[in-house]
Amino acid sequence: MARDVFEPGIVPGRLEPQSYAEGFSDLHPPLDEHEALVAADRCYFCHDAPCMTACPTDIDIPLFIRQIATGTPDAAAKTILSQNILGGMCARVCPTETLCEEVCVREVAEGKPVLIGQLQRYATDHLMAQGVHPFERAAATGKRIAVVGAGPAGLSCAHRLAMLGHDVEIIDARPKPGGLNEYGIAAYKTPNGFAQAEVDWLMQIGGITFRHEVAVGRDVTLDELKADYDAVFLGMGLVGVNALGAEGEDKAGVANAVDFIAELRQASDISGVPIGRDVVVIGGGMTAVDAAVQAKLLGALNVTLVYRRGRDRMNASVFEQDLAASKGVRIVTHAVPIAVHGNGSVREIEFEYVDEAMKGTGQTLRLQADQVFKAIGQTLLGEGLPELDGRKIKVDGTGRTSLEGVWAGGDCASGGDDLTVTAVAEGRDAAMDIHTTLMGAAG
Amino acid sequence: MADLRSDFIGIKSPNPFWLASAPPTDKEYNVRRAYEAGWGGVVWKTLGSEGPPVVNVNGPRYGAIWGADRRLLGLNNIELITDRPLEVNLREMKSVKRDYPDRALIASIMVPCEEEAWKAILPHVEETGADGIELNFGCPHGMAERGMGSAVGQVPEYIEMVTRWCKMYTRMPVIVKLTPNITNVVYPAEAAKRGGADAVSLINTINSITSVDLDLFAPEPTIDGKGTHGGYCGPAVKPIALNMVAEIARNPETHGLPISGIGGVTTWRDAAEFLALGAGNVQVCTAAMTYGFKVVQEMISGLSEYMDEKGLTSVDQLVGRAVPNVTDWNQLNLNYVAKAKIDQDLCISCGRCFAACEDTSHQAIAMSEDRTFTVIEEECVACNLCVNVCPVEDCISMEELAAGTTDLRTGKTVTPDYANWTTHPNNPSVHAVEPAE
Repeated sequence: MARDVFEPGIVPGRLEPQSYAEGFSDLHPPLDEHEALVAADRCYFCHDAPCMTACPTDIDIPLFIRQIATGTPDAAAKTILSQNILGGMCARVCPTETLCEEVCVREVAEGKPVLIGQLQRYATDHLMAQGVHPFERAAATGKRIAVVGAGPAGLSCAHRLAMLGHDVEIIDARPKPGGLNEYGIAAYKTPNGFAQAEVDWLMQIGGITFRHEVAVGRDVTLDELKADYDAVFLGMGLVGVNALGAEGEDKAGVANAVDFIAELRQASDISGVPIGRDVVVIGGGMTAVDAAVQAKLLGALNVTLVYRRGRDRMNASVFEQDLAASKGVRIVTHAVPIAVHGNGSVREIEFEYVDEAMKGTGQTLRLQADQVFKAIGQTLLGEGLPELDGRKIKVDGTGRTSLEGVWAGGDCASGGDDLTVTAVAEGRDAAMDIHTTLMGAAG
Repeated sequence: MADLRSDFIGIKSPNPFWLASAPPTDKEYNVRRAYEAGWGGVVWKTLGSEGPPVVNVNGPRYGAIWGADRRLLGLNNIELITDRPLEVNLREMKSVKRDYPDRALIASIMVPCEEEAWKAILPHVEETGADGIELNFGCPHGMAERGMGSAVGQVPEYIEMVTRWCKMYTRMPVIVKLTPNITNVVYPAEAAKRGGADAVSLINTINSITSVDLDLFAPEPTIDGKGTHGGYCGPAVKPIALNMVAEIARNPETHGLPISGIGGVTTWRDAAEFLALGAGNVQVCTAAMTYGFKVVQEMISGLSEYMDEKGLTSVDQLVGRAVPNVTDWNQLNLNYVAKAKIDQDLCISCGRCFAACEDTSHQAIAMSEDRTFTVIEEECVACNLCVNVCPVEDCISMEELAAGTTDLRTGKTVTPDYANWTTHPNNPSVHAVEPAE
């Protein structure tokens, strides 16, 4: 029997068992064959298609949709995966509403885009369900490359390097590969162990080894990697979490949203994940929405997402904001946290309203809270790193850093949005540049 | 990835997808773009004799019909052969062929039906390095009124004569392009063969009026209040083209004569169907005009994937595979019995099968109060209309009755023996023989 939803404190099992299965099932159920054909039929096969330009990995979207329409989804999958080896995950987690589907000519004309993301999932699922890996390795080059971080950037880089005939060792601080795909994305976006299944499928290319629970800076230094390998790719993401800067934020019950999401993703039984009755999430990005929605799905009675600016400035897309609202999350804007109140544990959190210029108005808001999640951005951690550009590793267009033989991509590197698909593109492009550099003109 | 390399009457191309002689192949600029996009070959827009070129209308040249969501299904055109000077075309062809030696380049030709005219142009075409020529005996508008195009293609004797001239005056392989605007395509194909043609290509476009402007009371496309019949092409003509290709492929006189299949090829599947019915390669126009040259990429990947699935390692292994199964009606097995079956899990209860069967067929579908639709086997003649009108793929299927079971419509036991109309007791010609005994 579920607990009373009114029970205060951070407790597990607030809901009936079946509610968890319903809440955490696929956000977008997969298209069946008929639905896929109907959806594919709507594509106009635009010339120099806007969707393709909007895709950070430049997938030939009109071509793959046409391949679905003509009954060859595996050919469609190859079109996708040749540009984006994590096309399966991107089909699930890409904010298509702000990328390909936003610029689809049918979105512009009718407000109803071709369902590009779901069609991409249809094609990639079709191929992966057969366990087929459509790429082969080139002849061995004898070069060895270290890839730091087994997230989207690292996996993409490693796969492309392996395909080109290099040997790759991926080093990751976590026990499992996948990075944010495995630890940092809402469970309902990638259910049924897809992140690990995709990594297993990707590793079929061969030539990639994985050393887990090895952290650069803790267990091995960048200098050692540079000495031991022909090239190094840094794709370790952002591990540090920004502080609120509010009085009392060390009180029990105040946690990082990324840790909460990781705990959820790794839980063998999601109903065992404890959640507060009154939850406050601070931030305006995807992580904030993922945390807020999942808090609600776990049975929190009141979930409030508080953001310091207006909704139009939120990094979370309008679709994500609406998703949160539809699950019952209250969104408060133009408020910054100033104090966490409580005796040991958080009991209330106090905000001050600010104007558009972020100037305090003197008006405050106090929200009851037994759990507070911080989702106000992450930071790069590490020592002996290449030169930074602001708070990230400075890279050029091909991922080169200030250190010779060291490339970087993904969230830890400058440039591009912090998106899975952007990380995949940067990893891939860095791999191509590493290949050209190591092999010379002949490569 | 299957090997799609094609060898059609000695003309090699990296794949069996050629662009047909038509507006997309009128200029060097277009043809270069086509090759860059991946087309295996190009049949250059039809060349005419030296001298002032033909002129085209300055109003609309194309008319169209559309399916749902304004999908282009059929296109007609009243454009003539190239309206650019012969020497310009020849110079451009030479330049393109030099830069793309691995692609097929065919010159389509249409000159007056006089030996001297053909004799005059062929050496010039040969000089370009073109891999072959295609005789345009098919264009149904404008040129036909001047005694060329389909005016030649409709007279088998002319086809034979001109083909023979061409074989006499050039070493290049000769493809004869046939018009569908005839009663039986086998006769012109036989004539081409007699004349020594290396291959035939078909179909050219079909005489058509796509629509009528009901305010102007004029056919479309309308030029200053008037319209004329144009050549129809695109997905809508594919069934007509497939049949004509098959007729030539299975006709004993023309069996084995290489065929370049043309008519509504839009996807890899269309191409595979033409190949299976005996075409050695395919030519495409409307799909490129609708979607751009890039559309060939899907044809390449799709055909390749299909061939891999079937274990076919060359295009030739697919060519003609369906020809032995194309037969006359009187050879169909009348002892084969099927019944419609509705998959209740897939059925969305729209009732279209019921309306079609109840109103226009055999009253073989029952509808219950709760909108459940079921087949009445006692009435079902397996006509397939319900399958064709059902909006859900695979919801209704035709299931073969096994030998030994009873056909509830006729009360007869299904026999495993083959029997066709030629031996059927209702066939008057079967009885006609009997009194003689």
